[in-house]
Amino acid sequence: MVSNTTLEAIERYKEKSLPYILEIEGIRKEFPGVVALDDVQFRLRPGSVHALMGENGAGKSTLMKIIAGIYTPDRGTIRLRGEEVVLASPLDALEQGIAMIHQELALMDWMTVAENIWIRREPKNALGLIDHRKMTEMTRELFAQLRLKIDPTAQISTLTVAQRQMVEIAKAVSHRSQVLIMDEPTSAITETEVDHLFEIIRDLKARGVAIVYITHKMNELFEIADEFSVFRDGKYVGTHASTEVTRDDIIRMMVGREITEMFPKEEAEIGEVILSVENLSLPGTFHGITFDLRRGEILGLAGLVGSGRSNVAEALFGVTPATEGKIRIAGRDVTIASPADAMREGMALLTEDRKATGCFLPLTILENMQIAALHEGHVKLGCVDERGMTNLCLEMKDKLRIKTPNLDERIENLSGGNQQKVLIARWLLTKPKILILDEPTRGIDVGAKAEIHRLISRLAQQGVAVIMISSELPEVLGMSDRIMVMHEGHMTGILDRAEATQVKIMELAAR
Amino acid sequence: MDNVQIEPVKRQRRGLPQELNILLVLVAVALVFEILGWIFQGQSFLMNTRRLTIMILQVSVVGIIAIGVTQVIITGGIDLSSGSVVAMTAMITMSVAQSGDYARAMYPALTDLPVIVPLAVGLGLGLIAGMINGALIALTGIPPFIATLGMMVTARGIAKWYTKGQPISFPTDGFAAIGSGAWPVFIFLAVALIFHIALRYTRYGKFTYAIGANPQAARVSGINVQRHLIKVYAIAGLLAGLAGIVTAARAETAQAGMGMMYELDAIAAAVIGGTSLSGGRGRIFGTVIGTLILGLMMSGFTFLRVDAFYQEIVKGVIIVAAVVADTFRQNARSKKA
Repeated sequence: MVSNTTLEAIERYKEKSLPYILEIEGIRKEFPGVVALDDVQFRLRPGSVHALMGENGAGKSTLMKIIAGIYTPDRGTIRLRGEEVVLASPLDALEQGIAMIHQELALMDWMTVAENIWIRREPKNALGLIDHRKMTEMTRELFAQLRLKIDPTAQISTLTVAQRQMVEIAKAVSHRSQVLIMDEPTSAITETEVDHLFEIIRDLKARGVAIVYITHKMNELFEIADEFSVFRDGKYVGTHASTEVTRDDIIRMMVGREITEMFPKEEAEIGEVILSVENLSLPGTFHGITFDLRRGEILGLAGLVGSGRSNVAEALFGVTPATEGKIRIAGRDVTIASPADAMREGMALLTEDRKATGCFLPLTILENMQIAALHEGHVKLGCVDERGMTNLCLEMKDKLRIKTPNLDERIENLSGGNQQKVLIARWLLTKPKILILDEPTRGIDVGAKAEIHRLISRLAQQGVAVIMISSELPEVLGMSDRIMVMHEGHMTGILDRAEATQVKIMELAAR
Repeated sequence: MDNVQIEPVKRQRRGLPQELNILLVLVAVALVFEILGWIFQGQSFLMNTRRLTIMILQVSVVGIIAIGVTQVIITGGIDLSSGSVVAMTAMITMSVAQSGDYARAMYPALTDLPVIVPLAVGLGLGLIAGMINGALIALTGIPPFIATLGMMVTARGIAKWYTKGQPISFPTDGFAAIGSGAWPVFIFLAVALIFHIALRYTRYGKFTYAIGANPQAARVSGINVQRHLIKVYAIAGLLAGLAGIVTAARAETAQAGMGMMYELDAIAAAVIGGTSLSGGRGRIFGTVIGTLILGLMMSGFTFLRVDAFYQEIVKGVIIVAAVVADTFRQNARSKKA
């Protein structure tokens, strides 16, 4: 709950009727070796949604963390409700009326919805113990206000990602927060859930709540944001109303250069069938998956989150093998029981979750990049051929334009896009014949995205067969030769490039 | 406008600064005792080769164990069984290393065997104990803490049961030679060198770090995580067995109480040397220095005639301080990222 001094500040603010609730001026933040923000400004109007745009590493997360009280700026002023403030910690920011909805949701799994919302502020009964009935009642009222249909006594672990997000928003509302920060709130929820989320955001707006909204999805910007500010390389570029610009304008502001084509699909020669999947099933997860994949072909795999797309990829690669069905590679029946088996057959899998199943965060770029290639060769007299390996990795670094001073940097110090490039390099070093990419451009900036798209096209031209899973329809449509669509564990169709449209895919995906 | 400042000079070697830090700590500890020595004892602490030799001999056994434990900790695990495995291997090894001159040998038919036999028995026992640890952890998925705790109790039990608590003595001269003179130190340093190379320059090492840094990612990268974990624990067991052989040979006797708390000293040496309990980070060089720091402190306290009880109290504080320092380093880093 906001503190009493904050309540007084809110009163004073109401009298003043200022155009901005939050004004940030001349902010600078340095990290060892990097200036993350340099003389940045940001102004937030009450009752509006303000999007922060920029490539990864542009400084928008740093700015957001400063507003949420996670970082303290080295220089600059923060004025909240017209008064200069210091946000010493997330708790301090919360008490002053600023709440953050975390990208990695910050709820306690084994506690109930109501307990999570009212933590530290639980209603007490006459004995000083927690009054659970009252707490449930308070939660019901809160949810009624927000038109949420979630059981206050349910355990958080039983909720979907979208529901958890709603709980976090409700929690922020219960704190009477005036500023709400949302970091990529739609990255892990389905289309219908997005609609519901936007309804709630519009509702909050109508009550005068100001929302700082971070997203990589351009169409969301136009749908929900009133204004947006663009950042580039730690500097403030400008603020505009979202109605007065086009998509291309924004991209130009973000990258500082023209991007002529977002999805540079280049024609590749399609060769013989290399992978042939027949009736692949994993009961309870996916059923009857059948398709052929040819050399030089890019097969898009579309479907809603939870449709089983990633499970199919993991089954092909032996992470969680399928229990029924046949996999043939170059005409030969193969058994793939582990990733090592799949790699021996010339497969590679870029996983969906960079942090959880991709990066070795405490290790260096070199160590991250070389690990998969070490299985075959690169060993002399029992020792890893360090020099040869380093040269190969340096080549990859240049080819993929990974921005880093050297390969001895820890991978955790790289931006998301550069981490992704390191992981792609890891697999390219194994010289795969079949490359499975699960959300290869999720959460990475526009510039890096285009580079990765170009790279995928070029690999296809070299005869690599590619399976690309993506939630972004324009990406799937732009890159694929054919598109396989999944719905609730079943394949609902395979579309040719010529006949595929967003509408057709959505029809198959949503049924 | 470039906001990423490129370092002009490429760093010479990875992780050198951290290793320099730990070396500085070693020097600082030595200097503190030197100064205290002149103040309280009126003599030099360091200018006494005999004292330093004894010190290094004393910590060599813990050092050998610590090299195995370091590898286990790098995978994100822990090994609590090494001290007990020392006792178990010391006992059983000694029973096949006895001299025929001794009338009451445990196995009169198995006396005066060539040194290779007790050596093979000891190393084999350690290896088996380690493989059991590894198999339990990798195949059943129980926490390393529990699996090795079980081995700690069991191996100690076997050591006691083997002779119903009686010590075993009178080894052949050949066997006793393993522990004589500076041999334990040479063995320690040789083992350190081998595993320094293994961890840093071989596939085995790269996979070990990868598993500790992120086991899921390691699996997806084609590493057979289960098999590799068994290997790492087996090596830790093998080295504990080697430590058991050295201990028995040096003392020329074996008792079920040998190696008591060595596992904790070994973990302490690794942690003081910069190995992170959260896995993925650590170096043999650091562990060697960590072992020497532990040795210097014990030797220093004895030199200053500080009571043994205080020594343990201080040791406990230092271990916790080393972990706290590591946690702070990690937090600082994750805040930056």
